[in-house]
Amino acid sequence: MDSTLERSFTGTSLPKTSKPSASWFHKVSIPWFITVFYLTVMLLLPITALLTKSISVGPAEFWRIATSPVALSAYDVTFTTSLVAGLINGVMGTLVAWVLVRYPFPGRKLVDAAVDLPFALPTAVAGLVLATVYSDKGWIGQFFAPFGIKIAFTRLGVLVAMIFISLPFVVRTLQPVLQEMEREIEEAAWSLGANQRQTFIRVLLPPLIPPILTGVALGFSRAVGEYGSVILVSSSIPFKDLIAPVLVFQRLEAYDYGGATVIGTVLLLISLLMLLVINALQQWGRRYAG
Amino acid sequence: MPGKVRLQQPKKSLIGPPLLIGIAVAYLALVLFIPAIAVFYEAFHKGFQEFLTSISQPDFLNAVRMTLIATAVAVPLNTVFGLCAAWVLARNRFPGRALMISILDLPFAISPVVVGLMLVMLYGRNGWLGPLFSQWGIKIIFDTPGIVLATVVVTLPFVAREVMPVLEDTGPSEEEAAKTLGAKDWQIFWRVTLPNIQWGLLYGVLLTNARAMGEFGAVTVVSGNIAGKTQTLPIFVEEAYKNYQTAAAFGAASILALLAVVTLVLKELLERRTAKRGIGH
Repeated sequence: MDSTLERSFTGTSLPKTSKPSASWFHKVSIPWFITVFYLTVMLLLPITALLTKSISVGPAEFWRIATSPVALSAYDVTFTTSLVAGLINGVMGTLVAWVLVRYPFPGRKLVDAAVDLPFALPTAVAGLVLATVYSDKGWIGQFFAPFGIKIAFTRLGVLVAMIFISLPFVVRTLQPVLQEMEREIEEAAWSLGANQRQTFIRVLLPPLIPPILTGVALGFSRAVGEYGSVILVSSSIPFKDLIAPVLVFQRLEAYDYGGATVIGTVLLLISLLMLLVINALQQWGRRYAG
Repeated sequence: MPGKVRLQQPKKSLIGPPLLIGIAVAYLALVLFIPAIAVFYEAFHKGFQEFLTSISQPDFLNAVRMTLIATAVAVPLNTVFGLCAAWVLARNRFPGRALMISILDLPFAISPVVVGLMLVMLYGRNGWLGPLFSQWGIKIIFDTPGIVLATVVVTLPFVAREVMPVLEDTGPSEEEAAKTLGAKDWQIFWRVTLPNIQWGLLYGVLLTNARAMGEFGAVTVVSGNIAGKTQTLPIFVEEAYKNYQTAAAFGAASILALLAVVTLVLKELLERRTAKRGIGH
């Protein structure tokens, strides 16, 4: 590793003044080789294996599995719930980021640090504790049970898990933007006679839209692929609260490789699409940042 | 920002802040704080003895061992790769660079279950390379190598992604200066590059470590879930919970949660460190 990072001459006897082009090959060889080799073996090869396996079932069969009723219902649960979780965090995450940046209050540091908990806490632990706390007799679930609202082991449980794991994204993408925003702009708006709502909607909000949407998209993307916390907090019953990643897992456990790879491929393609959307949103945000 | 004398805001805002703080904290309490406290409460409310019995059973200890093995491989491997990839991407402009960054980010975007599925399709009995490896007597899927591999893939981008911006910020000038002064490549790396990127690198290693110990989805798919043999700690949590061994589930969960808390504390310390460096620059 050590000798590779900044390799400008071959280590044999080339003079120090040798042109960069003469040693270009040596300069890049080892880190480049490791990077390309590693990405190929660890990512591209497995992805190709999955894609070829799923294509090998044939287009008609692929379409039949990808649009089978149980798959469609699983997409519905996955995407609708992820979207709702993303939107809730879009609003509440914006509020949390705003409060953390603008208002000093006792314990703010602690609250700020705790926002990262969903990144650090293993998803199985999150699922376990959410299932416990939001069950009928749990600390929070008991307050909903009298109204006939069951949270754990229903779609609402899936929603709570998805909200949990996608919570930090909006806060963390928005926070730096809010910190850099100059208060003078607001003051200028006030001094020109804008009231608070006008200042917020016309002056503050526009530059915040790209980071909020980026955070929502990141959270949505994470929620769509989530498995660990959802498997523990849902009952994984088809047509009820079964999400697509769990369906992939169930198919694989039943040795239905066609079913698993086709639905897995659908999920993979949606992840790639989300990656493009997120890149585009980040580019848009950079334009605002100037 | 607070504390300074500012232009008078329009009146209504005086009740605004406490209300907004209240709503934000209540939301975080419902989703984050109460569940976080519940982990430790459930693990310890029957007394420390119960906790000790639940975490001294052999299946639990085997799960700890497996988690440590996977982490011990994934962290160094992805650190070396991460340094190489960060250098390649930060110090070079080449066609396909954006594509390479997107490929690097894939493990963040792809569902862990799909990552596991990909590995099964490559190394499983019906996979491309599975038969080849089994000829040599190597079993990957449903065994330790598969778990290690899944952990490596899901934690692949962290170090590269954290080191890359730091390398971009510092620029190559110091390294070039060292070079003209006659430093050897390894000297440049240890004495110039590494001190510059050390906090970013540590941050990346920290995130890799946390994710490696906590990974569940990808590992479950390739583990075969054989108690005492191919279970990691998170799988142990799920298995114990499903079998109504709540005490054991929360015992293991509290240890993983403690790990998360330690990670957050270290992260906070590292962030303070880098922030100070930034100002002092």
